[in-house]
Amino acid sequence: MSSVTVDHIPASEGHVEHERPTGWRRWVFATNHKDIGTMYLLFSFFMLLEGGVLALLVRTELFSPGLQFFQPELFNQFTTMHGLIMIFGAIMPAFVGFANWMIPLQIGASDMAFARMNNLSFWLLPVGATLFTVSFFVPGGANAAGWTMYAPLSLQMGPGMDFAIFGVHILGASSIMGAINIIVTVLNMRAPGMTMMKMPLFCWTWLITAYLLLAIMPVLAAAVTMLLTDRHFGTTFFNAAAGGDPVLYQHVFWFFGHPEVYVMILPAFGIISAVVPAFSRKPLFGYASMVYATAAIAILSFLVWAHHMFTTGMPVTAQLYFMYATMLIAIPTGVKIFNWVATMWRGSLTFETPMLFAIAFIFVFTIGGFTGLIIAVAPIDIAVHDTYYIIAHFHYVMVAGSLFGMYAGAYYWIPKWTGRMYNERLGKWHFWNSIISFNVTFFPMHFLGLAGMPRRYADYAVQFTDFNVIASIGAFWFGFSQLIFLYLAVKAWRGHGQPAAAQSWEGAQGLEWTIPSPAPWHTFETPPVVK
Amino acid sequence: MKTLRRFLGTGALLAWSCIASAQVEDMPGGPRVNQLNLPDGVTEIARDIEWLHWMLLSVCAAIFIGVFGTMVYSIIMHRKSRHPTPAKFHEHIGVEIAWTVIPFIIVIAMALPATRTVVAMKDTTSADLTVKVTGYQWKWGYEYVDGPAAGVNFLSNLSTPRDQIEGNAPKGTTYLMEVDNPLVVPVDKKVRIVLTSNDVIHAWMVPHFGVKQDAMPGFLRDTWFRAEEIGTFRGQCAELCGRDHAFMPIVVDVVSQEDFDAWAASQKQAMAQASDDPSKVWEADELIARGESVYGTHCVACHQANGQGMPPVFPALDGDTEYVLAPMEQQILTVLNGHPGTAMAAFRDQLNDTEIAAVITYTRNAWSNAGKGEDPVVQPADVLALR
Repeated sequence: MSSVTVDHIPASEGHVEHERPTGWRRWVFATNHKDIGTMYLLFSFFMLLEGGVLALLVRTELFSPGLQFFQPELFNQFTTMHGLIMIFGAIMPAFVGFANWMIPLQIGASDMAFARMNNLSFWLLPVGATLFTVSFFVPGGANAAGWTMYAPLSLQMGPGMDFAIFGVHILGASSIMGAINIIVTVLNMRAPGMTMMKMPLFCWTWLITAYLLLAIMPVLAAAVTMLLTDRHFGTTFFNAAAGGDPVLYQHVFWFFGHPEVYVMILPAFGIISAVVPAFSRKPLFGYASMVYATAAIAILSFLVWAHHMFTTGMPVTAQLYFMYATMLIAIPTGVKIFNWVATMWRGSLTFETPMLFAIAFIFVFTIGGFTGLIIAVAPIDIAVHDTYYIIAHFHYVMVAGSLFGMYAGAYYWIPKWTGRMYNERLGKWHFWNSIISFNVTFFPMHFLGLAGMPRRYADYAVQFTDFNVIASIGAFWFGFSQLIFLYLAVKAWRGHGQPAAAQSWEGAQGLEWTIPSPAPWHTFETPPVVK
Repeated sequence: MKTLRRFLGTGALLAWSCIASAQVEDMPGGPRVNQLNLPDGVTEIARDIEWLHWMLLSVCAAIFIGVFGTMVYSIIMHRKSRHPTPAKFHEHIGVEIAWTVIPFIIVIAMALPATRTVVAMKDTTSADLTVKVTGYQWKWGYEYVDGPAAGVNFLSNLSTPRDQIEGNAPKGTTYLMEVDNPLVVPVDKKVRIVLTSNDVIHAWMVPHFGVKQDAMPGFLRDTWFRAEEIGTFRGQCAELCGRDHAFMPIVVDVVSQEDFDAWAASQKQAMAQASDDPSKVWEADELIARGESVYGTHCVACHQANGQGMPPVFPALDGDTEYVLAPMEQQILTVLNGHPGTAMAAFRDQLNDTEIAAVITYTRNAWSNAGKGEDPVVQPADVLALR
């Protein structure tokens, strides 16, 4: 982004007409984007831990071959709800939390466009999450058909499946409202002088993500509603005997599902595009091409869904088309990677924790991107579809990608949110433990998948044992490492640590660094003029 | 207490297996110990896939080294202590065009050989032998449509004993990838697999053949392979299909044409001998013995060996007054036609009248059901009447 100069630093001069609520009312009736952003982040971290516990239960059973702790039906519930909770409870809400906190600050707006709808968007989340959690305790247990809920298997599930369906509806509604809010805020509330092409890339990536969400969440709602009506109201969308087709579910689901994975990564691209220039003390390389590449990725993401369905038996022409279209996405993605490296090139680099996570993101997300290119090639996908190779691929892009991107952003912006510098030594401990244990957990899964170990398996052939042991050890190590972050985030929150300056990082650019740390409750009540 | 015992047991097993793991051997026709790459295929398609994978991996590795070599260089040489004044450039049209166009060309170069393989994988015409494969929860059914074994059909169940799964016996080398009745095919012949499912989506996968195809209920899909080596090759179900998804493997015996012809003849003979006469009247204890064996293969996974099931999803049969201890019609109809909306499958095509009569008679006399309820003995003719 071209550098932004500010005409005057706005103080909290604009008078607040309403009372400032305290106690529980401040949170339940919140309309302030900072408070709502904080709630989103706290909720999503809690969901990360809940989803993480489910993953550790899975890895406990998979530590050795044989069924030691859980019957396969319960094991399938763990794998399924791990996926649903991480995607809809942890990753997506966390990015909305970042959006709420940072978009108004970065564009010089006083708040989000629709402050009350923002409140509803957040408070729907605990309702949806409760449905997911409680579903374990209804007769028959939670949904055990995979987070993808393919019919007809999902039609056989007990009431836990209906809890999951309604949870998805509610969380989807929250996402749609959040997306509307973000689009209107970014399009209408930028400070004078902040043209679209001067906006921080984080706002661009969220704007594009919001359009993706508007397009796809209704499609997901349609898919799960069809499951609901097939289950209870006598429809036969997925029943061949009555003229339906199970593959219809897969097409509708993945039309949502593929753009969904870009929803989960584009905001991370935006965060990295803020952190890398800050710690390179150099402007982002190729701002315009970054915007175009993000838009290209978003548009292409609608055209490739059936690469999740290469083994369903589609005609050869379709197989070829989806292979070519999917391989094309590598190009704009590669452009972004090159731009980040070019930003670092001949900069003046320091390696505080946000930069460590950002560099690790580039490194490890690229590995996930390469395995994605490999499985885009349909014949290879035929060999590794539904094996641990796929699990390795998406955990590389979603954990090392989305989650590490979020940690980069959290460490970067914690001084602004809390007014304190977090403990840098602990931050580095968190980083090194996370990056090493992450690779210990997920790298061996590439080998397992190539060797033929299928996914969603409660038990496996003895020849797969050693890599499963390594993965399980890594998983526990990774899980416990996240508690380091919890500890230091809480410490900063409670006011311990070095006070942070308004310009918390030497090389950081953007309107958010022109206001005090912690950010005052009301900011930019008079919009700044941007040159 | 049970959990504590399980932890201790796992700990002991782990210690034991650390010593014993040196003795785990490669699975013949299956995964090698700590295998790193795709298996050595025995079909041309599998070898094509291996080649494509190596090609892509090499190109990606080369790009990775280039890009991250540059980044590591920058991390070392451009750190603030060494490079205190940052440059200011933030665009370069030439470089940006180059690194868009060159990857585009690379991607096209990758897609060309892949195209040939996709087309070859989809060409199921001119097969020498066609086999219909049906996925069930949780086993495979094979039926030879043509050739010397035309009409031969059987079910293929996991044959690993429950003891090994539950940790009460050491696990064999083919643990979880062994069956009672493997699919037998001749070597060097193009075999077309026509695939469907009886209930939910399954997937038939054999890594050594480079084959994976989803089995859709109510639809036919197909795939093919030409195995070029004699041997036994193993795979597993590759689409989540419920509780025993991990327990329905695939075993294919590739034999010479002569051996195949001999096998086909003996199968046809055995089928003729084993075919049960539905009008025969059986003694109760014969039915119960036969029924116990049927129960152990087809029913125990859900309804459990003690008949307690796992309510409410898997009902108990022991003491059940709605079906088992009631007049026979309801139970016969339920076993024949399944219970739509639940996991109870229809067994009308998997079991013949004698087997159904036997297993129903077994349930009516096992556990605490003996001497209670109506119709304690069900004859094959009773089942046939309700088909």
